[in-house]
Amino acid sequence: MSVDTQTPLATSGARPWDELRRNPLFWIAASVLSVIVVTGVFAPLIAPHDPDFSRLDLVNAPAGADALLGGDSAGRDVLSRLIFATQTTLIGVIIAVSVSMLIGLVSGLLAGYRGGVIDETFNWVANLIIVLPSMMVLIAMFATVGPSTVLTMVVLGVILAPNFFRLVRNQTVAVRNELYVDAARVSGVSPVRIVFRHILRVIIAPVIIMAASIGSLSIMMQSGLAFLGLGDAKTPTWGAMLLDAFKNIYTAPQLMIWPGVMIALTAGSLLLLANALRDTVAGTRRVRRAPRQRSAPTGPTAGRSEGTPLLALREVSIAFSKPDGSDTVVVDSTDICVEAGEIVGLVGESGSGKTQTILSVLDLLADGGRVRSGTISLDGVVLSSLSPRRRREVLGRNVGYIPQEPMSNLDPSFTIGSQLVEPLTAVAGLTGREARERSLELLRRVGITDPQRVFDSYPHQISGGMAQRVLIAGAVACDPKLLIADEPTTALDVTVQAEILEVIRSLQQERGLGVLLVTHNLGVVADLCDRVVVMKDGAIRERGDVRQVLLRPEDEYTRSLLSSTLATRPAREAWTERLATGSIGIASIEKTQKAGAR
Amino acid sequence: MSGMPTFIARRIGSGLILLVALTAVAYALVYSGSTNVAQKILGDFATADQIQAKAAELGVDRPLGVQYADWLLHAVQGDLGRSWFTAEPVLEAVFSRLAVTASLVMLALAATVVLSLLLGITAARHRGGAADRGLQLFAVAGEAVPNFWLALVLVSTFAISIPLFPATGFVPPTVSVGGWLLSLVLPVTAIVVGSVAGSAQQIRGAVIDVLQQDYIRTLRARGLSERSIVLRHALRNAAPPALTVLSLQFIGMMSGAVLIERVFALPGMGNLAVDATIQGDIPVVMGVLISMAVIVVIVNLLVDIAAGWVNPKVSLA
Repeated sequence: MSVDTQTPLATSGARPWDELRRNPLFWIAASVLSVIVVTGVFAPLIAPHDPDFSRLDLVNAPAGADALLGGDSAGRDVLSRLIFATQTTLIGVIIAVSVSMLIGLVSGLLAGYRGGVIDETFNWVANLIIVLPSMMVLIAMFATVGPSTVLTMVVLGVILAPNFFRLVRNQTVAVRNELYVDAARVSGVSPVRIVFRHILRVIIAPVIIMAASIGSLSIMMQSGLAFLGLGDAKTPTWGAMLLDAFKNIYTAPQLMIWPGVMIALTAGSLLLLANALRDTVAGTRRVRRAPRQRSAPTGPTAGRSEGTPLLALREVSIAFSKPDGSDTVVVDSTDICVEAGEIVGLVGESGSGKTQTILSVLDLLADGGRVRSGTISLDGVVLSSLSPRRRREVLGRNVGYIPQEPMSNLDPSFTIGSQLVEPLTAVAGLTGREARERSLELLRRVGITDPQRVFDSYPHQISGGMAQRVLIAGAVACDPKLLIADEPTTALDVTVQAEILEVIRSLQQERGLGVLLVTHNLGVVADLCDRVVVMKDGAIRERGDVRQVLLRPEDEYTRSLLSSTLATRPAREAWTERLATGSIGIASIEKTQKAGAR
Repeated sequence: MSGMPTFIARRIGSGLILLVALTAVAYALVYSGSTNVAQKILGDFATADQIQAKAAELGVDRPLGVQYADWLLHAVQGDLGRSWFTAEPVLEAVFSRLAVTASLVMLALAATVVLSLLLGITAARHRGGAADRGLQLFAVAGEAVPNFWLALVLVSTFAISIPLFPATGFVPPTVSVGGWLLSLVLPVTAIVVGSVAGSAQQIRGAVIDVLQQDYIRTLRARGLSERSIVLRHALRNAAPPALTVLSLQFIGMMSGAVLIERVFALPGMGNLAVDATIQGDIPVVMGVLISMAVIVVIVNLLVDIAAGWVNPKVSLA
C-alpha cells in the first residue's frame, strides 16, 4: 500500500500560514474535519439514543421523528450508530497513523542520517512490507487473533509505516547533504541537535501531509475489514453499517447512503487538507497560465521585400506573470536585427534577459512567459501572425537552435541517431534512409570521427563536447537560414570550447548563415562576431560593430564587462589568427582596458 | 552488452529472497495463534486425547520454526498443504479461484493504465485549465469514496433498479466471452475509479516534470509536432515513475479485489480467504496470502524489467 509520493522537499516562502489561510479548500476541509472530530469526541452527549437501542417498529424504517435517519435491519437508530461509529473510526485512525508515523520517523531518520548497513536493512524491510497485499494480511491476522480493533489498527500502522519511512529517509538524506548541515556537523553540533534543529524542521510539513493521506487510507482499510465482517461486532462502525446495508440491499438500499457519506466526507477532508498543505509548501498554487497572445500583427505580414533583415525584433517586451496576477517584465522594448550571413553577439551578464530574448524568438518561453508587445519577424514574416502549429514548422525549418548545456538537451531515452533522424523525416520530409545518411554526414561534418558509433549511442554514453557537436549537427540538419546559439561553449572544457566555436564559424561561412550568438564571454564575441548588442536588466545598453564596441565602448557597463573578462583570458589560437590578419589588435584592447580601469 | 541479463537475474534473485522472507513473516503471523485449532475442529465434546491426536495429525504440536521449515520444504515442491476442514489441497483451491481474481484485476489494471495515462497527459498539457482542475477534483473524490461502497451503489443502481448488469456471479470466458465481460463491468468499474484517481494525478506530475526538461525545449525548437513531443518523448521519459505508480496500484487492487469479490459474490481468491478466515482454515489463508505475494513479486519483477527496458542507463547499472 502506498500513497502519493510527490512531496516537495522543503518549505519555501516566508509565511506558509498566510498562504494557507487564503486557501478556501483548507477552510472547507478543516471545518468538516473539526465537526467530525467533535462529533466523535462527544458522541455519548450528541447521539439521541444508545447505539444498541432498538425498537421493532424501527426495523428498516424510513427517516422519522424517532429516528432522524431511519432505522437499520435490527431496528436500531441509524443516526446514533453513525455518531458512535465516528468515535470508533477516529480512535482507529489515530492508532494507525501514530504507529506508522512513529515507526517511519524513527527508522527513516536513523536510515537517512546514518546510512550504510542500517539504511540498506531498513530499505529492504520496507520493500518487503510494501509488496504485501495489506488487506490480505489483516484478514489473515483476524484468523489468528480474532476481532481486536486496537491490534488490527496497530498492525495496519506497521503495514503503512514504509510510506513514512521512505519519505523521512529521502528527506533526511537530502537535508543531511545540505551545506549548512555539513557546517553544523563539522563545528561539532551533536547529531541529536542536528536532527531536531535542522532535519525535523524541514520534514515536518511533508510528514503532516503524509499523515493526512495515511489517515484517509486507514479509514478505508478499517471500514473495509468491518464490511467483510472481520471487525468487532460489539462496537458500531461505518463498515459494519454498510455490511448491514449490503445484506438488506433488496429491502432497504437506503441504509447504504449515510455510512458511505461519512467515510467519503472524512477521507475526503483529510485528502483535501493534504492537498492544501502540499500546495502551500510547494508554493505553486494557482500558477497563472499565460494568455495565448494573438496580438494583431503590426509589421509586414507576408512577402519578403528587398532589404528585410533575416531576423528582426522590434520593440519586443517579454513578461512573466506572477502567482498574484501581476507581471514581471524581463525584457523591455528591445530591437535586434540579424542579416543573412552575419554573426551578431548578444552580450550580458546572467539575468540580463538575453536568454529570454532568444527563447521568445523560438516561441519557447517557459510557462507564464509571453511576448507582451512588439513584433518578431523572420524573413519579413511576423511570427505571431502564424498559427502555433505553422509557427513551429517555420521555426523548425528555418531556425537552428544550439542550447547551452549539451547533456541535458539530448533526450536520454533515445539514441543520438533517432534524435537526429526524427526532425529530418518529420519536418524536412526525408525518407528514413535519406535521413540516416544525412545524419551520419552531419555528424562527420561537425568533426565526429566515428559517426556510426555516435549515431548508435545513447546520450549518457558520449562526452559533453561530443554532445554539443551532436546538437550543432541537429541545429543545422534542416538547412536553416538562422542559427541561434545560447552560450554554446559555457558548459564545456576550455580545450573543447575553441573547437566548438570553430565548427560554428565554418558552418556559418559555408552556408552563409545568420547567427545570433548569446554569450557573456567577450573573447568569444571578438573571436566570432561582426556586430554586438550589449544587454543589461532587460534593456539594450550599447550596440554596434564589434571593433567599435570593443575598442571604443561608449557605455559604462560595456567598459566594466570588458575589464572583467578579457584581463583573465589568454588569447586563443583563433584570436591570434585575427590578430595576424589585422582585423583586431590585442594591444589596443589592453590599452582600452587600462583606460577603463583608470 | 551483457547488462540486461545480469540485471534480470539479480532482480529474480532478490525477488526470491523477498518471497522466502515474506513466507516466514506470513507464517509467523498466521500460525502463531493456531494452537487450539484441534479443539476448534473437533468441537467442545472432544477428549484431551482426541485433541492431542488431531493436533499431531495436523502437525501443530511442533515448534513454530519446525512447522515453518516443513511448510516451506513442501511449498517449494508446489504443495501448500490441505484445508483443515475440507481436506482439499490448498494449491488446487487457490488455482480454481485464480481465473476470477486475475480477470478482475487484469481488466481493472488495463483500464487504469489507459484512463490514467489519458487523464494525466491531458491535465499535464493544459496545466491550470479545466481538464486539470477536473482531474484534481476527481482525484480527491475518487480516493475518498471506498470502492466497496461504490460497488454497493453500482449494484443497487445498475443491477437492481435498472437491471443492466448481473448483480452477482462470474461467467468464465470459456462459457461466454460476452457474459464474462458483462459480469465484470460493475466490479471493474468499482475498482477503477479509485485506482485512476490515485494514479492519474501522479502521472500528470511525472509528465509535467519531463515537459519542463531542456531536451523537450530543444526538440520543440527542431520543429517536432506536439504529438511526437508528448506521445514519444514525454511518455517514454515519464514511463519509469508511471510504472512505479501503476505497480503500487496493482498491489492496492489485489487488496481492493477482496472487497469487490465479496459484494459481487465472485468466487475469487479474496472470497476464498475471507471464508477460510471466518472458519479458521489456516492453511488456506496462508495459501492465498502467499499466492497473492507471489503474484505481486512477479508483477514487480516484470515492472522492473520494463523500467530497465525503457531506460537505457539501467543496463549499465
